[in-house]
Amino acid sequence: MRRLVHFGSGALFGLGLLVSDMIDPARVLAFLDVAGGAWDPTLAFVMGGALIPMAVAWRVAAARARPAFGDRFPGPPSGGIDARLLGGAALFGAGWGLVGFCPGPALSALLVGGWPVAVFVAAMLAGMALHGWRLGRRGVAV
Amino acid sequence: MRFELTDALAGLAGGAMIGVAAALLLLGVGRIAGISGVVGGLLRPTGQAADGDNAAFLAGLVGAPALAALVWGAPEIGATTSVPLLVAAGLLVGFGTRMGSGCTSGHGVCGMSRLSPRSLAATATFMAVAAAIVAAMRLTLGGAA
Repeated sequence: MRRLVHFGSGALFGLGLLVSDMIDPARVLAFLDVAGGAWDPTLAFVMGGALIPMAVAWRVAAARARPAFGDRFPGPPSGGIDARLLGGAALFGAGWGLVGFCPGPALSALLVGGWPVAVFVAAMLAGMALHGWRLGRRGVAV
Repeated sequence: MRFELTDALAGLAGGAMIGVAAALLLLGVGRIAGISGVVGGLLRPTGQAADGDNAAFLAGLVGAPALAALVWGAPEIGATTSVPLLVAAGLLVGFGTRMGSGCTSGHGVCGMSRLSPRSLAATATFMAVAAAIVAAMRLTLGGAA
Protein backbone atom coordinates (compact mmCIF):
# COMPACT_ATOMS: atom_id res chain seq x y z
CA MET A 1 0.00 0.00 0.00
CA ARG A 2 2.88 2.39 0.75
CA ARG A 3 4.18 1.74 -2.73
CA LEU A 4 0.79 2.51 -4.29
CA VAL A 5 0.55 5.79 -2.35
CA HIS A 6 3.99 6.77 -3.64
CA PHE A 7 3.02 5.94 -7.21
CA GLY A 8 -0.33 7.77 -6.96
CA SER A 9 1.27 10.84 -5.43
CA GLY A 10 3.94 10.97 -8.14
CA ALA A 11 1.35 10.51 -10.89
CA LEU A 12 -0.94 13.23 -9.52
CA PHE A 13 2.05 15.53 -9.06
CA GLY A 14 3.07 15.03 -12.71
CA LEU A 15 -0.48 15.54 -13.99
CA GLY A 16 -0.74 18.74 -11.94
CA LEU A 17 2.41 20.04 -13.63
CA LEU A 18 0.87 19.16 -17.00
CA VAL A 19 -2.54 20.76 -16.28
CA SER A 20 -0.96 23.95 -14.92
CA ASP A 21 1.46 23.98 -17.91
CA MET A 22 4.44 24.35 -15.56
CA ILE A 23 5.85 21.37 -17.48
CA ASP A 24 6.80 24.00 -20.11
CA PRO A 25 9.96 25.86 -19.03
CA ALA A 26 9.01 28.79 -21.28
CA ARG A 27 6.02 29.46 -18.99
CA VAL A 28 8.29 29.31 -15.92
CA LEU A 29 10.80 31.71 -17.48
CA ALA A 30 7.91 34.06 -18.36
CA PHE A 31 7.06 34.16 -14.63
CA LEU A 32 10.67 34.71 -13.58
CA ASP A 33 11.05 37.48 -16.18
CA VAL A 34 9.48 40.12 -13.93
CA ALA A 35 10.93 43.06 -15.86
CA GLY A 36 10.24 41.72 -19.32
CA GLY A 37 6.98 43.54 -20.04
CA ALA A 38 5.02 40.32 -20.72
CA TRP A 39 5.15 38.97 -17.17
CA ASP A 40 3.15 35.72 -16.83
CA PRO A 41 1.77 35.32 -13.27
CA THR A 42 0.56 31.72 -13.73
CA LEU A 43 3.26 30.15 -11.52
CA ALA A 44 1.99 32.22 -8.58
CA PHE A 45 -1.48 30.70 -9.03
CA VAL A 46 0.06 27.23 -9.20
CA MET A 47 1.99 27.85 -5.99
CA GLY A 48 -1.12 29.25 -4.28
CA GLY A 49 -3.22 26.31 -5.44
CA ALA A 50 -0.63 23.87 -4.08
CA LEU A 51 -0.03 25.62 -0.75
CA ILE A 52 -3.70 25.52 0.35
CA PRO A 53 -4.24 21.73 0.40
CA MET A 54 -0.76 21.23 1.83
CA ALA A 55 -1.35 23.74 4.64
CA VAL A 56 -4.54 21.84 5.51
CA ALA A 57 -2.60 18.57 5.40
CA TRP A 58 -0.06 19.85 7.97
CA ARG A 59 -2.96 20.79 10.28
CA VAL A 60 -4.49 17.33 9.87
CA ALA A 61 -1.10 15.71 10.48
CA ALA A 62 -0.66 17.71 13.71
CA ALA A 63 -3.93 16.28 15.02
CA ARG A 64 -3.05 12.69 14.19
CA ALA A 65 -0.68 10.26 15.85
CA ARG A 66 0.65 8.69 12.65
CA PRO A 67 0.14 8.57 8.87
CA ALA A 68 -2.34 6.06 7.45
CA PHE A 69 0.37 3.68 6.20
CA GLY A 70 3.44 4.70 8.16
CA ASP A 71 5.01 5.01 11.59
CA ARG A 72 5.44 8.71 12.06
CA PHE A 73 5.16 12.14 10.52
CA PRO A 74 8.25 14.19 9.59
CA GLY A 75 9.74 16.08 12.52
CA PRO A 76 10.16 19.86 12.55
CA PRO A 77 12.68 21.28 10.05
CA SER A 78 16.19 20.55 11.27
CA GLY A 79 19.02 23.05 11.28
CA GLY A 80 19.05 26.79 10.95
CA ILE A 81 19.31 29.19 8.05
CA ASP A 82 22.96 28.60 7.23
CA ALA A 83 25.37 29.08 4.35
CA ARG A 84 24.76 25.58 3.05
CA LEU A 85 21.00 26.17 2.77
CA LEU A 86 21.29 29.59 1.15
CA GLY A 87 24.28 28.67 -1.03
CA GLY A 88 22.50 25.58 -2.32
CA ALA A 89 19.32 27.58 -2.97
CA ALA A 90 21.33 30.23 -4.84
CA LEU A 91 23.06 27.62 -7.07
CA PHE A 92 19.69 25.98 -7.74
CA GLY A 93 18.11 29.36 -8.54
CA ALA A 94 20.90 30.14 -11.02
CA GLY A 95 20.31 26.87 -12.89
CA TRP A 96 16.54 27.33 -12.74
CA GLY A 97 16.83 30.81 -14.24
CA LEU A 98 19.13 29.63 -17.05
CA VAL A 99 16.60 27.27 -18.67
CA GLY A 100 13.41 27.30 -16.56
CA PHE A 101 13.55 23.69 -15.37
CA CYS A 102 13.43 22.61 -11.75
CA PRO A 103 13.53 18.89 -10.86
CA GLY A 104 9.76 18.11 -10.89
CA PRO A 105 8.83 19.63 -14.25
CA ALA A 106 12.03 18.34 -15.90
CA LEU A 107 11.23 14.75 -14.86
CA SER A 108 7.55 15.05 -15.80
CA ALA A 109 8.64 16.31 -19.26
CA LEU A 110 11.29 13.60 -19.70
CA LEU A 111 9.26 11.37 -22.04
CA VAL A 112 7.42 14.14 -23.90
CA GLY A 113 9.97 16.93 -24.22
CA GLY A 114 12.55 15.51 -26.61
CA TRP A 115 16.33 15.45 -26.29
CA PRO A 116 16.86 18.83 -24.55
CA VAL A 117 14.97 17.54 -21.51
CA ALA A 118 17.03 14.35 -21.48
CA VAL A 119 20.25 16.38 -21.59
CA PHE A 120 19.08 18.56 -18.70
CA VAL A 121 17.96 15.56 -16.59
CA ALA A 122 21.26 13.72 -17.21
CA ALA A 123 23.21 16.81 -16.10
CA MET A 124 20.92 17.23 -13.08
CA LEU A 125 21.52 13.63 -11.99
CA ALA A 126 25.26 14.19 -12.45
CA GLY A 127 25.05 17.32 -10.29
CA MET A 128 23.23 15.41 -7.55
CA ALA A 129 25.72 12.54 -7.73
CA LEU A 130 28.61 15.02 -7.62
CA HIS A 131 27.21 16.51 -4.43
CA GLY A 132 26.87 13.08 -2.83
CA TRP A 133 30.38 12.09 -3.93
CA ARG A 134 31.88 15.29 -2.54
CA LEU A 135 30.19 14.80 0.82
CA GLY A 136 31.19 11.15 0.87
CA ARG A 137 34.84 12.07 0.29
CA ARG A 138 34.71 14.52 3.17
CA GLY A 139 33.21 11.84 5.35
CA VAL A 140 30.05 13.79 6.03
CA ALA A 141 26.85 11.83 6.52
CA VAL A 142 24.23 12.76 3.93
CA MET B 1 1.81 41.76 -18.06
CA ARG B 2 0.05 38.89 -19.78
CA PHE B 3 -3.00 37.69 -17.86
CA GLU B 4 -5.49 35.11 -19.13
CA LEU B 5 -8.28 33.91 -16.86
CA THR B 6 -8.05 30.40 -18.32
CA ASP B 7 -4.31 30.28 -17.52
CA ALA B 8 -4.96 31.37 -13.95
CA LEU B 9 -7.71 28.76 -13.48
CA ALA B 10 -5.59 26.01 -15.04
CA GLY B 11 -2.76 27.11 -12.75
CA LEU B 12 -4.96 26.94 -9.67
CA ALA B 13 -6.36 23.53 -10.69
CA GLY B 14 -2.96 22.07 -11.53
CA GLY B 15 -1.50 23.61 -8.37
CA ALA B 16 -4.28 22.04 -6.30
CA MET B 17 -3.45 18.65 -7.85
CA ILE B 18 0.20 19.14 -6.84
CA GLY B 19 -0.86 20.16 -3.32
CA VAL B 20 -3.18 17.15 -2.98
CA ALA B 21 -0.38 14.87 -4.27
CA ALA B 22 1.94 16.23 -1.57
CA ALA B 23 -0.84 15.94 1.05
CA LEU B 24 -1.43 12.32 0.00
CA LEU B 25 2.23 11.50 0.58
CA LEU B 26 2.31 13.27 3.96
CA LEU B 27 -0.93 11.85 5.37
CA GLY B 28 -0.54 8.47 3.65
CA VAL B 29 3.06 7.56 4.41
CA GLY B 30 4.48 10.47 6.42
CA ARG B 31 6.85 11.75 3.77
CA ILE B 32 7.59 15.17 2.34
CA ALA B 33 7.07 15.30 -1.44
CA GLY B 34 10.43 16.77 -2.34
CA ILE B 35 11.37 15.78 -5.88
CA SER B 36 15.09 16.40 -5.41
CA GLY B 37 14.96 14.32 -2.22
CA VAL B 38 13.24 11.40 -3.95
CA VAL B 39 15.71 11.42 -6.86
CA GLY B 40 18.68 11.98 -4.56
CA GLY B 41 17.53 8.97 -2.54
CA LEU B 42 17.48 6.81 -5.65
CA LEU B 43 21.04 7.87 -6.47
CA ARG B 44 22.15 6.64 -3.05
CA PRO B 45 20.18 3.40 -2.70
CA THR B 46 19.84 1.88 0.75
CA GLY B 47 18.81 -1.60 -0.35
CA GLN B 48 15.64 -1.21 1.70
CA ALA B 49 11.96 -0.58 0.94
CA ALA B 50 12.58 3.15 0.54
CA ASP B 51 14.31 2.49 -2.81
CA GLY B 52 11.16 0.90 -4.24
CA ASP B 53 9.02 3.70 -2.80
CA ASN B 54 11.20 6.34 -4.46
CA ALA B 55 11.10 4.42 -7.75
CA ALA B 56 7.30 4.16 -7.56
CA PHE B 57 6.92 7.92 -7.01
CA LEU B 58 9.29 8.64 -9.89
CA ALA B 59 7.48 6.17 -12.17
CA GLY B 60 4.23 8.05 -11.53
CA LEU B 61 5.84 11.46 -12.01
CA VAL B 62 7.50 10.52 -15.31
CA GLY B 63 4.87 8.09 -16.59
CA ALA B 64 1.56 9.84 -15.92
CA PRO B 65 2.22 12.96 -18.05
CA ALA B 66 3.55 10.73 -20.87
CA LEU B 67 0.37 8.61 -20.78
CA ALA B 68 -1.80 11.74 -20.68
CA ALA B 69 0.12 13.08 -23.68
CA LEU B 70 -0.79 9.94 -25.64
CA VAL B 71 -4.48 10.67 -24.98
CA TRP B 72 -4.66 14.46 -25.20
CA GLY B 73 -1.60 15.25 -27.29
CA ALA B 74 1.90 16.23 -26.28
CA PRO B 75 2.34 19.51 -24.39
CA GLU B 76 4.58 22.20 -25.76
CA ILE B 77 7.99 22.06 -24.05
CA GLY B 78 9.75 25.31 -24.88
CA ALA B 79 13.22 24.33 -23.69
CA THR B 80 16.39 25.88 -25.05
CA THR B 81 18.36 23.71 -27.49
CA SER B 82 21.73 25.03 -26.33
CA VAL B 83 23.58 22.00 -24.97
CA PRO B 84 26.10 24.01 -22.89
CA LEU B 85 23.21 25.92 -21.29
CA LEU B 86 21.25 22.72 -20.58
CA VAL B 87 24.31 21.00 -19.08
CA ALA B 88 25.31 23.99 -16.93
CA ALA B 89 21.75 24.48 -15.71
CA GLY B 90 21.28 20.79 -14.97
CA LEU B 91 24.52 20.59 -12.96
CA LEU B 92 23.58 23.71 -10.97
CA VAL B 93 20.03 22.48 -10.28
CA GLY B 94 21.20 18.99 -9.29
CA PHE B 95 24.08 20.12 -7.06
CA GLY B 96 22.20 23.11 -5.61
CA THR B 97 19.03 21.24 -4.66
CA ARG B 98 21.02 18.58 -2.81
CA MET B 99 23.24 21.14 -1.08
CA GLY B 100 20.24 23.28 -0.09
CA SER B 101 18.16 20.22 0.89
CA GLY B 102 15.26 20.95 -1.42
CA CYS B 103 13.72 22.48 -4.52
CA THR B 104 10.47 24.11 -5.57
CA SER B 105 8.45 21.17 -4.23
CA GLY B 106 10.20 20.38 -0.94
CA HIS B 107 10.93 23.96 0.14
CA GLY B 108 8.40 25.82 -2.01
CA VAL B 109 5.26 23.71 -1.52
CA CYS B 110 5.87 21.43 1.48
CA GLY B 111 8.08 23.69 3.62
CA MET B 112 6.37 27.02 3.01
CA SER B 113 2.95 25.51 3.76
CA ARG B 114 4.17 24.69 7.30
CA LEU B 115 5.81 28.15 7.54
CA SER B 116 9.28 26.67 7.96
CA PRO B 117 11.75 29.57 8.25
CA ARG B 118 14.39 27.50 6.44
CA SER B 119 12.06 26.84 3.51
CA LEU B 120 10.88 30.46 3.37
CA ALA B 121 14.52 31.63 3.25
CA ALA B 122 15.48 29.01 0.63
CA THR B 123 12.46 29.79 -1.57
CA ALA B 124 13.05 33.54 -1.40
CA THR B 125 16.71 32.91 -2.33
CA PHE B 126 16.17 30.67 -5.34
CA MET B 127 13.30 32.81 -6.63
CA ALA B 128 15.37 35.99 -6.38
CA VAL B 129 18.49 34.44 -7.95
CA ALA B 130 16.46 32.86 -10.78
CA ALA B 131 14.74 36.18 -11.55
CA ALA B 132 18.12 37.93 -11.50
CA ILE B 133 19.60 35.37 -13.92
CA VAL B 134 16.64 35.77 -16.29
CA ALA B 135 17.01 39.56 -16.15
CA ALA B 136 20.79 39.31 -16.73
CA MET B 137 20.30 37.00 -19.71
CA ARG B 138 17.73 39.40 -21.16
CA LEU B 139 20.23 42.23 -20.88
CA THR B 140 23.21 40.35 -22.31
CA LEU B 141 21.52 38.13 -24.89
CA GLY B 142 18.44 40.16 -25.67
CA GLY B 143 16.20 37.54 -24.12
CA ALA B 144 17.49 34.67 -26.25
CA ALA B 145 16.58 32.21 -23.51
